[in-house]
Amino acid sequence: MVNTMESTTQTPVMELKNISLSFGGVKALTDISFDIREGEIRALIGPNGAGKSSMLNVISGFYHPQIGEVWFKGEKRPPMKPYQVARQGVARTFQNIALFKGMSTIDNLMTGRINHMKVNLFWQALWKGPAEREEIAHRERVEHVIDFLEIQAIRKTPVGRLSYGLQKRVELGRALAADAQLLLLDEPMAGMNLEEKEDMSRFIIDVNEEFGTTIVLIEHDMSVVMDLSDRVVVLDYGRKLADGEPEAVRNDPSVIDAYLGVSHD
Amino acid sequence: MSIGLLNVIEIILNGLMTGVMYSLVALGFVLIFKASGIFNYAQGVMALFAALTLVGFQTGQIPFSHLINAMFGTNVHNWGPGLPAVLAIILTIGVMIGFAWLFERLVLKHMVNQEPIILFMTTIGLAYFMEGFGDLMWGADIKALDLGIPSGGSFWFEDITKTWAAAGSDYWGMYIDVLDVWAAGIAVVMVLALTLFSQYTRIGRALRAVADDHQAAMTVGISLRTIWVIVWSIAGVVALVAGIMWGSKSGVQFSLSLIALKALPVLILGGFTSIPGAIIGGMIIGVGEKLFEYSIGPLIGGATENWFAYVLALAFLLFRPQGLFGEKIIERV
Repeated sequence: MVNTMESTTQTPVMELKNISLSFGGVKALTDISFDIREGEIRALIGPNGAGKSSMLNVISGFYHPQIGEVWFKGEKRPPMKPYQVARQGVARTFQNIALFKGMSTIDNLMTGRINHMKVNLFWQALWKGPAEREEIAHRERVEHVIDFLEIQAIRKTPVGRLSYGLQKRVELGRALAADAQLLLLDEPMAGMNLEEKEDMSRFIIDVNEEFGTTIVLIEHDMSVVMDLSDRVVVLDYGRKLADGEPEAVRNDPSVIDAYLGVSHD
Repeated sequence: MSIGLLNVIEIILNGLMTGVMYSLVALGFVLIFKASGIFNYAQGVMALFAALTLVGFQTGQIPFSHLINAMFGTNVHNWGPGLPAVLAIILTIGVMIGFAWLFERLVLKHMVNQEPIILFMTTIGLAYFMEGFGDLMWGADIKALDLGIPSGGSFWFEDITKTWAAAGSDYWGMYIDVLDVWAAGIAVVMVLALTLFSQYTRIGRALRAVADDHQAAMTVGISLRTIWVIVWSIAGVVALVAGIMWGSKSGVQFSLSLIALKALPVLILGGFTSIPGAIIGGMIIGVGEKLFEYSIGPLIGGATENWFAYVLALAFLLFRPQGLFGEKIIERV
């Protein structure tokens, strides 16, 4: 599983083919195709309302496109519910943080392990024996994630009480605890100060390098996007405007017109 | 101690016990409300249905016997002497789980993402359906429920408390129904078990996760539908316990479904989302209505127990709408 930076291979872990999605008369996405390669950091950018979050919701099974196909690990994926997508190994975070606010950091991370836990209801009700052993094994994995994200100090705090930046980090932790192959991050740095952004960038790179996790990232901060990502897809009004390496996209005139606007630098 | 003080103590003790009986019903409401945001109007009827089924199994009744007799002109009522209590309880739990599964399959599945008021209407429909179905299945006559739980006044307690009064007074000791003590004990065990289960197991954690945030629960791979079946099953088992206790006390009859209404003020006091709240809310109501009846009742013609709980709940709504233990609603603007 361990991958290094340069092993950004050419095999796509996910392919999106001609995706079109509309809500009533509103076209959120129109004929969008791109692929996500194993081990890369793929950025999705575009102005507000461009359809970035809709795209992420299609990937994670919250929306079902009217037209188009989603291929995952070489197989066409039938329409799936979000929990089924999660069980396939796709984890995500949300723009407006979706954590279990009344639960502690550890409990939140442990929910990420739910799909890996197998002991049945009977043993769980008894608690001793298999259920206890399983709980301990998964707790160990969660502690590893806690160390990795440097959130030891807040492990027992109800996450509703944490600062925004820390909540974002816990949400990332929950996605990591799930051992996902594909990690979808919806604006992981929105609303953060510079220091928090730097921390988050570091964690994203570390996750990608240490665990070899493929990452899809929506982000508005252009400098962050250009630094982090291997390849960038640009959306505008639900259409794909450009697709390629950060440098190429940055110099694409249509992108400059639509998105970067005045910042000709 | 003076007789007056002893009387008050007796009333408080009895109030606590009655309160726990209310709590047993309220608990079922809290479980479902926490996990799915549904106020389950049918909780009381579920208790009735569970008790009917239990008695039916225990006494060896043939389900739908009236219907069968009417349709085929037969005269069948019982298939045998009935089952031992333990077996009957296990079978009834099975029926309640099967019911939860069916209800999710046939109804809840189609109601995902509907407004709370629509879900509430659904449970009203469920309540009437279950009441009619229970009637059809087991008959409408009042049935005695006897699982061998001891009942009646405790002489032991009466003898002890008799000595507390001043010598020579004609104090008769305190009356406490043993059945109520059992109910309290069972309620405590049940709450402890539920709490431990939800704190320390995977499914318990999934239950809490769903209760906290549906969307987030789905993203970590929790199937809402499975969780709902589990929650309704647990609520069914809680309803069975409530049905057993109330049925042993006053017979299994259709007015049992109305105890759900007594659980409402308990919920308003304790908060719709708090399990300890349901217990403590029940006790406050139990003690409150008994004390009020004892102290103020005679001045205003008595029968205050019928309305006191609701007035108390109303007062609470004015000053603390989220209940004693409910989550405080703070809107961030």
